Amino acid sequence: MPPPLQAHRLLISHRRLPTPARRRLTAVSSLQSAPATTLAPGPATSSILSIRESLLSGERTAANITSDYLSRLRRTEPSLRSFIHVADAAAEREAEELDRRIASGEKDAVGPLAGVLVGVKDNLCTKNMPSTGGSRILDGYRPAYDATAVRRLREAGAIVVGKTNLDEFGMGSTTEGSAFQVTTNPWDDSRVPGGSSGGSASAVSARQCVVSLGSDTGGSVRQPASFCGVVGLKPTYGRVSRFGLMAYASSLDVVGCFGSSVFDTATILSVVAGHDKMDSTSSSQDVPDYTSELVSLDLLESKPLNGLRIGIIQETLGEGVDTGVVSSIKGAASYLEQLGSVVDEVSLPSFSLGLPAYYILASSEASSNLSRYDGIRYGRQVSANDLNEIYGESRANGLGHEVKMRILMGTYALSAGYYDAYYKRAQQVRTLVKESFKDALEKYDILISPAAPSAAYKIGEKINDPLAMYAGDIMTVNVNLAGLPALVVPCGFVEGGPVGLPVGLQMIGSPFSEGSLLRVGHIFEQTLQNFSFVPPLLAER
Amino acid sequence: MALTLLRGMRTPVSLRSNTGLFFNVLRPRLSHFTTRAESAQATEPKAVPKSIQLATKEAAEQKTQGFEAIIGIETHVQLSTVTKAFCSCPYDYGSQPNSTICPTCMGHPGTLPVLNEKVVECAVKLGLALNCEISMTSKFDRKQYFYPDLPKGYQISQFDIPIAKKGYVDLDLPVEFGGGHRKFGITRVHMEEDAGKLLHSESGSYSQVDLNRAGVPLLEIVSEPDMRTGIEAAEYGAELQRIVRYLGVSNGNMQEGSLRCDVNVSVRPVGQSEFGTKVEIKNMNSFSEINRAIDYEISRQIMLHKEGQADQIVQETRLWDESSQKTFTMRKKEGLADYRYFPEPDLPEVVLTTDYIDEISKSMPELPEASVAHFFDSTLEHGADAKLACNWIMSDIAAYLKNEKLSIHETKLTPLELSELIASIKNGTISGKIGKEILFELIAKGGTVKGVIEEKDLVQIADPAAIEAMVDKVIADNPKQLEQYRAGKTKLQGFFAGQVMKTSKGKANPVLLNKSLERS
Repeated sequence: MPPPLQAHRLLISHRRLPTPARRRLTAVSSLQSAPATTLAPGPATSSILSIRESLLSGERTAANITSDYLSRLRRTEPSLRSFIHVADAAAEREAEELDRRIASGEKDAVGPLAGVLVGVKDNLCTKNMPSTGGSRILDGYRPAYDATAVRRLREAGAIVVGKTNLDEFGMGSTTEGSAFQVTTNPWDDSRVPGGSSGGSASAVSARQCVVSLGSDTGGSVRQPASFCGVVGLKPTYGRVSRFGLMAYASSLDVVGCFGSSVFDTATILSVVAGHDKMDSTSSSQDVPDYTSELVSLDLLESKPLNGLRIGIIQETLGEGVDTGVVSSIKGAASYLEQLGSVVDEVSLPSFSLGLPAYYILASSEASSNLSRYDGIRYGRQVSANDLNEIYGESRANGLGHEVKMRILMGTYALSAGYYDAYYKRAQQVRTLVKESFKDALEKYDILISPAAPSAAYKIGEKINDPLAMYAGDIMTVNVNLAGLPALVVPCGFVEGGPVGLPVGLQMIGSPFSEGSLLRVGHIFEQTLQNFSFVPPLLAER
Repeated sequence: MALTLLRGMRTPVSLRSNTGLFFNVLRPRLSHFTTRAESAQATEPKAVPKSIQLATKEAAEQKTQGFEAIIGIETHVQLSTVTKAFCSCPYDYGSQPNSTICPTCMGHPGTLPVLNEKVVECAVKLGLALNCEISMTSKFDRKQYFYPDLPKGYQISQFDIPIAKKGYVDLDLPVEFGGGHRKFGITRVHMEEDAGKLLHSESGSYSQVDLNRAGVPLLEIVSEPDMRTGIEAAEYGAELQRIVRYLGVSNGNMQEGSLRCDVNVSVRPVGQSEFGTKVEIKNMNSFSEINRAIDYEISRQIMLHKEGQADQIVQETRLWDESSQKTFTMRKKEGLADYRYFPEPDLPEVVLTTDYIDEISKSMPELPEASVAHFFDSTLEHGADAKLACNWIMSDIAAYLKNEKLSIHETKLTPLELSELIASIKNGTISGKIGKEILFELIAKGGTVKGVIEEKDLVQIADPAAIEAMVDKVIADNPKQLEQYRAGKTKLQGFFAGQVMKTSKGKANPVLLNKSLERS
């Protein structure tokens, strides 16, 4: 049941408006970065844009904006625990430095992300800042370099406010698998934020930071985005460099982004995407300005999605999917029809095969990728009497239960005599999945489905039932196997928690079609009425 | 960062406990000789009378009566690329431990390999030189095992699709070992990365890890099991060394570990078609050691066969011990090691075009004929730089031989003098230009480099003051040109340089000369 809110229809223009109008509107939109109590319901507005314009107009200082976010962070963090590490002092220092440069009239001071506080999932390396991957074995580890995505954000002026919590090395769907803490869902603190990028999703949902980076190997950006009511984007495989992302499953891993609006998400993608010579699997396809296709609400035609062909994936609305979720997605589908698109049901016959194939391939690669955590060169080393014991004890003590289980599964799947039956067969399934998506995406511009079979569930509910947790990834893993981009936008609510729990709509496109996904997502988000995806946590106090 | 690497770790017991195990069974005859390609590495006495060599050979034949040895060799060649295979670290043998490392070759979280294209170039060169089929599409795989010198817990290698396969090596055995032409098959050549090194403490209570070598590119060359005697195996190794040096892909230095041979030996009764149990031998630092290690191992295995104890020949790795001239068990292979190979997801496939291969093929030096190859080897034995020696032999000397329709042995040039010549140029005694003059003198008339230099007074003038004096004189002698030069005709610097060269009979050091002219 959606919370009874009236849409305030803030008219936020991202472009094409004459400058005076823009300035006037900015004053209104800067509410997003204002203290929580004044957060207004209505269509999501771009926090990045309002920060940028208030810095440019001199209306606010970066220090002021940063202190707003930090005070909200300090207030909410005791119940949320989104961050493993908060770099508040550094953030304040960087904001003051930015103000000083703006004051002294330095031309380039206001980069595209100047003064924007970002949360970075802790499996992305950050120079001189702890990077643990949520694992005990990397407790205290500080990388010598920034991940490429982080470096690009910083070069654009962003301020890294801290490292967000995650399931250890990205393996899990609830963020309960972190070695350090359990993050809660801003919509209901007895529930999980999803995972593995749960900290990044929860932090953006609670406006502890403006945007955040996550990683998505089997749904780790999209499912928590859905659970926390934020926008989450899993780019095409290779669109964003993986350099500096602690590898879980190299052929599936993608760095993704979270924002409280599609516009913010598009802005972040424009900054982090692009070829990187440090990652041979990164694509050299040109990176467009993803925000340039986003049309402001007042310029939209009455049927802005005219001509768009949408396929709703049959297999994602059947058994095992929460009825509330199904009706939210069907509601979203008919709303997309109202906007002018044609929505048909489409069947992906190989859909159900994706989940087992995913768990074999991801575990196989993980068993290899995690070999480097041996306690020899960095991280925790247990002292022992012989070499095998060093390895055994360091890893037994340093790695968590879920990680060890996946290493065992992966080691088994790659072993002589089993390779053909598991790894090779799973690769064949992967090819089938790719082909069935390709066929479907020839008939449809976009495929839609839920991002998860249910809304956020209770902390502890699936912790002893890994298979139930794995089953929750059914909506997302196929997309990783096919390497496609997918965008999750909040589309409705189901009952649960104090005010209802958000549900996300997943939109899947052809390789490198992030631009059109974001365009459609933006139209959907901006025109959707009667919903506000600001969690109740922020209205309390 | 280096400090964090050198953390205490107990030495694995398996590495320490195996020396001094059994095997006083056999005492093989020591066959002291060196193969020809061995440079100054071999420490054992070199010249052994031919009669002894022949006797040894006969004795060996006597001993193998009724049995036949099957020998295959895996050779690792370390490439002399400027940077490592998958990161931009340099590699210099002998540098300070952990001084040429970076997050990538240390296997830090989040790092990714980026292929050094020079590695592919070297692999294709060697593949072509070994008459291999080159795979237009090959890929990398991960070979997984835990060891402290292996930072990532896996080695990036090539498994089912090597970059080159199905080649062969042609060579002639030395006359003193019966001579004869041999053709040994090459199964495959593949690209991979080297591991680091462990430095074990004397007390044995800890070991240290040096990752300088981690990630250095290697080519692994696997031969067919085509060799039958130690000398064949040693000659095969020597031929590979010669080829990699000629191609300039590696310095081929066995002492530094730039060329390492692991030998597989088995014996079977003559006439039997299936192979016997094979034993792997490592730790040979010269081709002579390879020869002796193999001959020892063959006799050991034959002896066990003859004594009815063939079941004591087990699949294992044995180390050659140079001091006792024996092989010792290092580790028994219990079943096949499972390396859980799978395709390396961090690297795209290696796709070659025929144009690329043609280009490399054209750029390759023509491999020398046997006689020239031997001359080259001897030159290196006298300490010459391999690359420079290759250049001299393949360009000026080869051109001379071709023009005069001579073989290298028909000239008066000796390997010793060529190495002297190269050294004299390298240390600046003479210029490269004068070096050429001397070379032709030596080819035509013989004599020594020193002799020719003295006789013709060719020592390079490298004394700045002497050059300065000549410059001053030339300038004083040519006032007209000087005026023009001052008026802006700067091209005349060449004229002055030419005049000085003329006065000095080409002996003025050109670098110093130009400097001096610029100052004047």
